[in-house]
Amino acid sequence: MLEIKNLHAKVEEKDILKGVNLEIKSGEIHAIMGPNGSGKSTLASVITGKEEYEMTEGQIVFENENLEDVSPEDRAHKGIFMSFQYPIEIPGVTTTNFIKTAINETRKAQGEKEMSAKDMLQKLREKCDLLDIDQKFLSRSINDGFSGGEKKRNEIFQMAMLEPKLAILDETDSGLDIDALKIVANGVNKLKSKDNAVLVITHYQRLLDHIVPDFVHVLFDGKIVKSGGKELAFELEKKGYDWIKEEIKS
Amino acid sequence: MSKYTEDDLKKELETKEYEYGFYTDIESDTLPVGLNEEIIVAISKKKEEPEWMTDWRLDAFKKWKEMKEPEWANVKYEKPDLQKISYYSAPSNKPKYNSLDEVDPELLETFKKLGISVDEQKKLAGVAVDVVIDSVSVATSFKDTLKEKGIIFCSMNEAIKEHSELVKKYIGTVIPKTDNYYAALNSAVFSDGSFCYIPKGVKCPMELSTYFRINEAGTGQFERTLVVADKGSYVSYLEGCSAPSRDENQLHAAVVELIALDDAEIKYSTVQNWFPGDSEGNGGVFNFVTKRGLCENNAKISWTQVETGSAVTWKYPSCVLKGKNSVGEFYSIAVTNNFQQADTGTKMIHLGENTKSTIISKGISAGKSQNSYRGLVQISPRAKNSRNFSQCDSLLIGNECGAHTFPYIETKNKSAQIEHEATTSKIGEDQIFYCNQRGIDTEKAIALIVNGFSKEVLNKLPMEFAVEAQKLLEISLEGSVG
Repeated sequence: MLEIKNLHAKVEEKDILKGVNLEIKSGEIHAIMGPNGSGKSTLASVITGKEEYEMTEGQIVFENENLEDVSPEDRAHKGIFMSFQYPIEIPGVTTTNFIKTAINETRKAQGEKEMSAKDMLQKLREKCDLLDIDQKFLSRSINDGFSGGEKKRNEIFQMAMLEPKLAILDETDSGLDIDALKIVANGVNKLKSKDNAVLVITHYQRLLDHIVPDFVHVLFDGKIVKSGGKELAFELEKKGYDWIKEEIKS
Repeated sequence: MSKYTEDDLKKELETKEYEYGFYTDIESDTLPVGLNEEIIVAISKKKEEPEWMTDWRLDAFKKWKEMKEPEWANVKYEKPDLQKISYYSAPSNKPKYNSLDEVDPELLETFKKLGISVDEQKKLAGVAVDVVIDSVSVATSFKDTLKEKGIIFCSMNEAIKEHSELVKKYIGTVIPKTDNYYAALNSAVFSDGSFCYIPKGVKCPMELSTYFRINEAGTGQFERTLVVADKGSYVSYLEGCSAPSRDENQLHAAVVELIALDDAEIKYSTVQNWFPGDSEGNGGVFNFVTKRGLCENNAKISWTQVETGSAVTWKYPSCVLKGKNSVGEFYSIAVTNNFQQADTGTKMIHLGENTKSTIISKGISAGKSQNSYRGLVQISPRAKNSRNFSQCDSLLIGNECGAHTFPYIETKNKSAQIEHEATTSKIGEDQIFYCNQRGIDTEKAIALIVNGFSKEVLNKLPMEFAVEAQKLLEISLEGSVG
């Protein structure tokens, strides 16, 4: 589904990614771990096409298509979704209106008609039930005055509504207490199928107790320096990142 | 991947052209340019006005000659040469139409381009339209339905002839001839406008609507609107404006007077999209308008305006809260782009006891435009227990525009409660990327954010107007993102 080859990227003239290789297939869950400043969030931003991040070398191929000249909204239309580390507030725009616009813009891009109000309502209701969200939540301005947990839950709710092929969860666990973490993780697990894939970006192992990855990659200084199964996450949790640094040196 | 920066966004906004720039080729009957007593008498004569009206105009003209054009507004422009304007331009083939089907097809086409085809309007059952093109009403619909209720809704010209006593009693009572330079000019030369009278206790069953449009080159539009709601009555009045694009500046100096007698309510909504000038700042309408309403006991006046057009706007729909327990409201969205300048706001004059006013102003600036809110809240010594709440929010798009707030508060009664809130925010790249990531392109994202910002005011508009207003906001701010 996603193939990243020798990806180099810079932001504000500073090289951050220095040759990342990663392949994600349908049905898989991948986790990217690494110390602060290793380039984890940059990787998510480059995949989604954020403007300040400039790709200098390599390529990102999604569903057999090179994403180089594809705009962020078109990447979204093709099925790439990111749960933001810091979801953005848009005062006066309700969650319902926001999601409705997002869904219909995507349908329009795919040459489909807008979703009828009836279908939309039904879907909203269904996904609220699935994620245990009070429907009153939907008429609030998106992320405006939301608690940290509410914002992250709203991200997962949007993911449920948009049904992406690839979901990137950027530090979704940051700022969440254990109950909120479980709710969010539970939501992701419910949405997981053999046809989609998840890329979890996290600093800590604790989210991976709940969203169990098939592959764990360690990103260090802009490169993936180690890959393994879920046991790698436990090892990192126990030993920290220093032993990896030692391993690289030797 | 190409970088999309705020500068690109700004460029796109600047390249947006006025979508309503077209000219309807209707035969016109235009008076020679210039302004003097003879012209005023000629206007009055063309309109077959009674003598008192001619005298009223001449008196206004005399006073106007002694007045100076105001310079206190936060706008810069070259003063129009008032001797180079033609003060009367009426479609020469101007029979009154009994049905909208008889209206000139070119005019219907005009409406279609506006997105408000007359056909559409007819379907929107309950909307009576009085069309004022270059100051003369050409079509009024739903007259009979209104007649049954005793409601008078007609052109000002007709009202002066047919309802002379009513007009004479109320005209100039809220906005005196000498009120200000442009109001005095309007009083002298106004060519037409709308008149509306709602009898005692009558709730007007439909939204009354007027469309203004400047068509002829080198003309000024000076329409005059007078709405009188008698005791215990209710009316909702809609006013829409547009003008074809031209290189030279066109002048629009209207006067709107509202009178709400005891227990009456008037809701007055405006969507204004006069030609704002091109992206270089050439042309556009100078919109110098005086709007004021008077509330007697327990009466209420609500002004709602969506201002997206004009090169220069100078406009303060106000309420004089004369009666006890009367209520004044002002809800405004003002959008400026490119080189547009707007200085708009309201005056709430609290004279009576327990009077209450609310001001919600949303200013949106893009391009190199300047957007100012100017508002006065005045509490007189006998206005015991009066209250005001004001909220002024500004939204900036790009780095070259400006938002300004000039709130004036004068209170002479200690029991008054006055609250004022103001915010300024900017559409952030983060907000746009967040929308992009959800599949919403930049153009749509701006529309979404602006609509969210303006929601409190949009919600105050009648349904069909709100839809149109949203469309206008999008047109005014979006470039064709390619």
